[in-house]
Amino acid sequence: MPFVPHTETEIKEMLSAIGIDSIENLFDEIPSHLKIDALQKVPAGLNEMGINRLMQNRAADDGQPLCFMGAGAYDHHIPAAVWQITTRGEYYTAYTPYQAEASQGTLQLTYEFQSMMTALTAMDVSNASLYDGASAVAEAALMAVRANRKSKSRKVLVPRSLNPVYKDVTHTIVKHQNLELIDIEFDLASSKTSMAALEKFSGEDITAMIISQPNFFGTLEDVDAMTNWAHANNIVVIAVVNPLSLALLKPPGQWGENGADIAVGDGQPLGAPMSSGGPYYGFMCCKKAFVRQMPGRIVGRTVDQEGREGFVLTLQAREQHIRRSKATSNICTNQGLVVTASTIHMSLLGPEGLKQAAISCHQNTQLMIEKLSAINGVDVVFDQPRFHEVVLRLNQSSKDVLNKLADQNILAGYDLSNAYSLKDYPQFENCILVCATELRIAEDIEILAAALTDALK
Amino acid sequence: MLIFEHSAKGRKTKIHSTMNDVAITDIPVELLRTDAPGLPEVSEMQAVRHYTSLSQKNFSIDTHFYPLGSCTMKHNPRVCNSLAMLPGFLSRHPLAPEQNSQGFLACMHELQEMLCDVTGMAAFSLTPMAGAQGEFAGVAMIRAYHDANGDTERREILVPDAAHGTNPATATMCGFTVKEIPTLPSGDVDVDALKAAVGPQTAGLMLTNPSTLGVFERRIEEIAKLVHDAGGLLYYDGANLNAILGKIRPGDMGFDVIHSNLHKTFSTPHGGGGPGSGAIGVAERLKPFMPLPVVEKEDEHYRWLTEEDCPQTIGRMSAFMGNAGVLLRAYIYMRLLGAEGMRRVAEFATLNANYMMTQLKARGFEAAIPDRYASHEFIITLKKQAKELNVSAMDFAKRLLDKGYHAPTTYFPLLVPECLLIEPTESEAKEMLDGFVDALVEIQQEAETDADMLHNAPYTMPVNRLDEVRAAKQLDLAWSAQSK
Repeated sequence: MPFVPHTETEIKEMLSAIGIDSIENLFDEIPSHLKIDALQKVPAGLNEMGINRLMQNRAADDGQPLCFMGAGAYDHHIPAAVWQITTRGEYYTAYTPYQAEASQGTLQLTYEFQSMMTALTAMDVSNASLYDGASAVAEAALMAVRANRKSKSRKVLVPRSLNPVYKDVTHTIVKHQNLELIDIEFDLASSKTSMAALEKFSGEDITAMIISQPNFFGTLEDVDAMTNWAHANNIVVIAVVNPLSLALLKPPGQWGENGADIAVGDGQPLGAPMSSGGPYYGFMCCKKAFVRQMPGRIVGRTVDQEGREGFVLTLQAREQHIRRSKATSNICTNQGLVVTASTIHMSLLGPEGLKQAAISCHQNTQLMIEKLSAINGVDVVFDQPRFHEVVLRLNQSSKDVLNKLADQNILAGYDLSNAYSLKDYPQFENCILVCATELRIAEDIEILAAALTDALK
Repeated sequence: MLIFEHSAKGRKTKIHSTMNDVAITDIPVELLRTDAPGLPEVSEMQAVRHYTSLSQKNFSIDTHFYPLGSCTMKHNPRVCNSLAMLPGFLSRHPLAPEQNSQGFLACMHELQEMLCDVTGMAAFSLTPMAGAQGEFAGVAMIRAYHDANGDTERREILVPDAAHGTNPATATMCGFTVKEIPTLPSGDVDVDALKAAVGPQTAGLMLTNPSTLGVFERRIEEIAKLVHDAGGLLYYDGANLNAILGKIRPGDMGFDVIHSNLHKTFSTPHGGGGPGSGAIGVAERLKPFMPLPVVEKEDEHYRWLTEEDCPQTIGRMSAFMGNAGVLLRAYIYMRLLGAEGMRRVAEFATLNANYMMTQLKARGFEAAIPDRYASHEFIITLKKQAKELNVSAMDFAKRLLDKGYHAPTTYFPLLVPECLLIEPTESEAKEMLDGFVDALVEIQQEAETDADMLHNAPYTMPVNRLDEVRAAKQLDLAWSAQSK
C-alpha cells in the first residue's frame, strides 16, 4: 500500500508533459551500478487487515501489567478528550508553524502552553518544549553557561540523586563543549543532597547547579537552602522538577530568596501515556533576563496589520536556521503534538484537578508504603518526606523477586540493584524504587502486597 | 480568545473527584505550595470547543496541499495512528522487563532491520528524538571514531553551503569547526573546492543527496573517495531520503553514517512541530559507537543492548529509548508499503516534482536549475518578479494561502534568491498539482496588475500579516491575570 493515487492514464499524461517515456528516465543521472534490484529485509506490503492482525497480536503479547514502576515515567489518568482532540488532523498533520497566518491554532495553543507552564513553575517565560526531560537538563546546562556571565569555569554541580539517566544524557550532549559536570554526593541515610558536600565549593567559581525536586529516590530536597547557597556563590540554579508535583509542592520560581533561574523537567505526567518512553516532551522555563539564551521555539503574542491579536514564532535570531553554526542549539523540531495534549490536559484538570491528582498520588504512595513495609523482608530505606516514589530494600535478590512478580503480570518497581548508572553504590543491593500514582488504588496495592508477601516467603 | 478568558473561579471539570480538603501533614510546610497555579478553570465542554475551534485555524496535510520543500509532508495513514495507540502499546512502561516486552521489541528490531536494508547500513539505533538529534549522534560518532584511533587532530567538518542550518549547528555542538564548501550553478558540490579543503584536519563531510537544491549529486562516488582518502568520514543527512527510497542506498554511495527523519520519509505525523525521530544508521566501523539502547535478537528472544555490551558508545540521548510511539508508526507504515511500495514512493514523488516543474516552466516560471531532472523537490526562483514587479517570494507564499494552498518552503536554500522550494510528495494526485500550478499563474497575473494586492496578502486567514518586530521587541510570551 504505497498511498499513490495515480491512474495509468494520468501517469501517461504526466510523462508526456515532461517529455519522457518512463519514470525510470527521471533517475538517469544516477550511476546505474548504484541502483538496487530489490530490498532483502523488507517483507511484501500488508493491507490494512493484515497490519491490524499483526499489531493487535504484538500489543497483546506484552500483557498490560499492573504498574508500580516510575523512575521517570508515570502511569496517570488522561481524560478521554485529550487525545481525541489532539489527534484531529489539523493538529496531528500540521507542520512547524512557519506560515503564522495559516497556523494560528498551533501558535495560540503553544502560547497558552507557555502560559500554563510559567504559572505552574512560577517562572517568567517558557519555551515551546524540548525533546524530553533528560535532554532538557542538557540544554539547561548549556544555557546556564551562556547566561552566567560572571562565571568563567563552565563547571556544573550535578547531584548524584538526580535521575542517573538524565546525568548520562547530559554528559553525552555537553561533553564536547568543555563543560565540567561535577558529581555531588547525597547523604546515604536520607538520600538528600548533602549541604556539607556543597559547601566544599563555597567561594569557588561554579557556573551552575542542578537541584532535583523530588530527587530520583522520591525524596524531597531542602530546595530553599540549596538555592540560597547557590545564589550566594553566583551560581545559576537549574531546577529539575516533576510538573504534576508542582500543584502540591513549592514551585521553583519561589525557591529560596530569589527563586531558581531555570526550571526544566519531563512533561510526561501531564497527559502523555507511558508509551514505552515516548514521545514525551521536555519543558523549560526561566527568568526573563535569560530568555535570549533559551534554546528552542518560543511563541509570542503580537498584532496584525489591522490590530487584531495574533501569535508568531519569535526571537528566531537565536535559532539554527538563521544563526547556523552560532545558534543557541541545533534543535528545530520539538514535541508539538505532545504539548498539544498536555495543554488540553491542563485545561481539563485545572488547578484543582491537578492538585487532587497530586494529592491522590501522595496518599496512594503512603498507603502502599504502609502495606508493603508491614511485610516481613521489606524495609523503607529513606524515611523522609517524599512525593509518590519510595526506595524499598528486600531481604532477598531483588532481581528474582521482580521477575517472579513480572511473571504474575505485576511490575513491582525499578531494580536499583542492577541499574548500570548506580553500580558504584553497594548500598542499593536488593533495593527497588516503587511508585504509586492516583491510578494505583487500594485494591491494586492489596494485589501487590499479597504477591510480594508470597514472593518473599 | 484565550482559554484563560473562558475561565471562572471555582469552575471544575471533576475529572478527579473532589476529596474533602486533605491536610498534608507529612511534608514540611516550607516545601508546599501556598498559592494555586494560575491555570484555567473551565468545563469540559468549554475546553473541547476551545481546542476544536483553535484546530480549525490550522492548515494541515489532512485539510490542505502542503508542498513544503525538504519536509516531505505526505499523507499520514490513519491506521498508523490507531494501531500505535493500542492500549497494550500506550500502557507499556519503558523500563518493563524483557519478558513483558517481546511484542514491542519485535517491532523495534524489525524496524532496525528494515531501515538497514533501505539505507544500506550495517546497524541502526532508534533513540534520537528528531533529525537534529540524529545529526548530533552521527557527528558525535565521527568524533568518537577518530578519538578511538588516536586521530585527535581531526577537528573540522565540511558542509556544503546549500546544507540545512542544523548541519553547521550540530558540528559546533560536537566541538568541531565548520568549513563551507561552495556549490556549482549545476547544483553539484564544487569538487575542486572540496579537493582543496580536505586534509589531515578533516573529520568528515555532511551531505544531503539529493541536495537541498533538488538534484542528485552526480559525482558522489568521487566525493566519497576524496573524503575517505583524506581520512574523513561521510555523513548522510536523510532529509531527502524520500527521493531515492528503494532505488539506491546511501550505504552503497559510500556514506558511513546516516540519520533518517522518520517523520518525513516514513510518514509519522509532524504534529505541529514534532515529535519526530532521527533514527541513526552506521557502517560496520562505527557500530561500536552507536547511541543506546539498541535492540538485539538472540535465539528468538529480543533484548536491549546496554553500556555493558557497548562500552565505546557515545552514550544515551533520551531518558529511555527515544520517541517509541513515533517509531511504532514508522514501523507500521513500512510494513504497509513493503519492498515494492518503497520503490513506488521514490518514483511517484519524483514524477510529481518533475511534472510540476515542467508545467511551471511552461507557464513562464524560472526553475533554479532548469536543465536537469528534479529529484522529489525543485526550486522556483522569483528574482525576476522581485526586480520587475517588486513582489517577493514571501508575497507569493502569503497569497497562496488565500488560494487554499500551504506555501512551499521560502528563502531556503539560502543560495537561491527569492526561492520557493516545492515538494509535492507521492501522495498528491495530478489534479492537485495542476490546481497549484494554476494558482501560481493567477498570482503572477495579480502581481502584474496590482502588486499591492500581494503585499497585503493573505486576506482570508484568521489574521493577516503579523507584526514580528513588535513580537520580538515587546515580548509577550505568557498570559497572566495581571497583564490582561
